[in-house]
Amino acid sequence: MSGTATILYFAALRERIGRGSETVPLTADVSTVGDLLAERRRQDETLEDVFAQPGRVRVAVNRVLGDLSTPVHAGDEVAFFPPMTGG
Amino acid sequence: MTGAAHTAGRIQVRVQSDPFDVGHETARLLGLEDGTGGISSFMGIVRGGNGLVALELEHYPGMCEDALTVLAEEAFSRFALIGCTVIHRVGRLLVGEPIVLVLAAAAHRAAALDATHFLIDRLKTGAPFWKAEEFTDGQRLWVESRSEDEAAAAGW
Repeated sequence: MSGTATILYFAALRERIGRGSETVPLTADVSTVGDLLAERRRQDETLEDVFAQPGRVRVAVNRVLGDLSTPVHAGDEVAFFPPMTGG
Repeated sequence: MTGAAHTAGRIQVRVQSDPFDVGHETARLLGLEDGTGGISSFMGIVRGGNGLVALELEHYPGMCEDALTVLAEEAFSRFALIGCTVIHRVGRLLVGEPIVLVLAAAAHRAAALDATHFLIDRLKTGAPFWKAEEFTDGQRLWVESRSEDEAAAAGW
């Protein structure tokens, strides 16, 4: 697998991480959201700190809710955010 | 089959920073069909107390509108609605300001009221919005999701 994915962070996660988006290369080891997150946590100390904290995190791939087993492909938009609190 | 064809002009979903006009939105639903027997509405307001000054509402553009449209289409078919409207505001909203408007038009009251209840319960935890609370002492806190809200959404 080659190419890149766009990662978005929202709300409290965005503030703790200090950015709202990043474009990352997809290595051959990454085929799911769980793989991508594990790799990013290894590469980036801030992400490791933020995702190590307790608290539920939701994920969407291409704007559809998913989970750690959802496949990730080149060109995908992967978003991490806290549980939603609208209304 | 998609909802798009038979719901054209009957489902309206908007995410905006501007205020909304309940009278205008209601009149739009009134004009849809002679068979309308009732329009139910819910308007959510920024609730004051405990030193709250304002809410800051963030959303995921694109996914948010998609999620609201899916919910509105589900309400439309499940409650046999004639029309429905969901408008959610984003940005900084002061205590007393309207946040969200849900309107449901149906032939009979039960369907309109149930659809409104369904929509407001489900959108609280099912559409990507997040609220931060701003207090008089300058403190700013992200609102945690409430288990009651998740239970209410799951109840439908």
